Amino acid sequence: MGFPDRIERTVEIAHPPAAVWAALTTAEGLAAWFGDRATIDLRPGGSAQMTWKQGHIAEMRVERVEEPSVFGYTWHIFGLPEDDPRRTYVEFTLEPLDSGTRLTVVETGFAQLSPDTHSQAYDGNTSGWASELGELVSYLDAA
Amino acid sequence: MPPDIEAIAEQVFAALADPTRRTILAALASDGPATATDLADRLPVTRQAIAKHLFLLADAGLVTAEHGERRRVRYRLRSEPMRVAQQFLAAMANDWDARLDALTQHLNRSRRTSTNRIAGTNRHD
Repeated sequence: MGFPDRIERTVEIAHPPAAVWAALTTAEGLAAWFGDRATIDLRPGGSAQMTWKQGHIAEMRVERVEEPSVFGYTWHIFGLPEDDPRRTYVEFTLEPLDSGTRLTVVETGFAQLSPDTHSQAYDGNTSGWASELGELVSYLDAA
Repeated sequence: MPPDIEAIAEQVFAALADPTRRTILAALASDGPATATDLADRLPVTRQAIAKHLFLLADAGLVTAEHGERRRVRYRLRSEPMRVAQQFLAAMANDWDARLDALTQHLNRSRRTSTNRIAGTNRHD
């Protein structure tokens, strides 16, 4: 089956890196193609937020800012419950070309499992048996 | 990546591939823990078939058996394996192709605007 941990796409865009950089890292740019509204504090550790008219909100944490070549952030995995702590890391890399910019986006971390989710996903049978055996013990003790 | 994630997701998808098991999981999700008898009363499935499916679901970790009063075993949904499977689906639903198309279109629109502006100032040539 193969669990997809990583998504990678590359596109060539007929615009210079500075224009692509602005579209990726400014509130005006992000609101023009990604969210319907956006805010961004462009520094490592800074927060960014995008909202959509349908009510969806994406909270991002800026991780890498190396103008005009690398921009990275983490965000919540879309489709998981809101209280799920797992996040994926998204990194945009911009390379100048004669014709514009080669933009690569890599999103990683889909296959991560937080330690507690991992044990919760696995301990079902174990703890099920543990509680059943516990009940057996109490039953025998009472007899 | 631990190979176990794939095994967990596979069990979830195998469980969901069967319509009776989907019905049982949906009933536990919407109405809470239930015994095999409760489920047989509510669903158009025999108690024997429900018991067989509940056994398989418990084996896959998707439901847990809780021992209640008078030896009645109630089954409760376990959401953790579902979360693993959701992660698998999230990776496939994450549509960077559409987003990058939107980015390219946005940049083309802005260039057209600025090109028009330049063309406007140089109309005499």
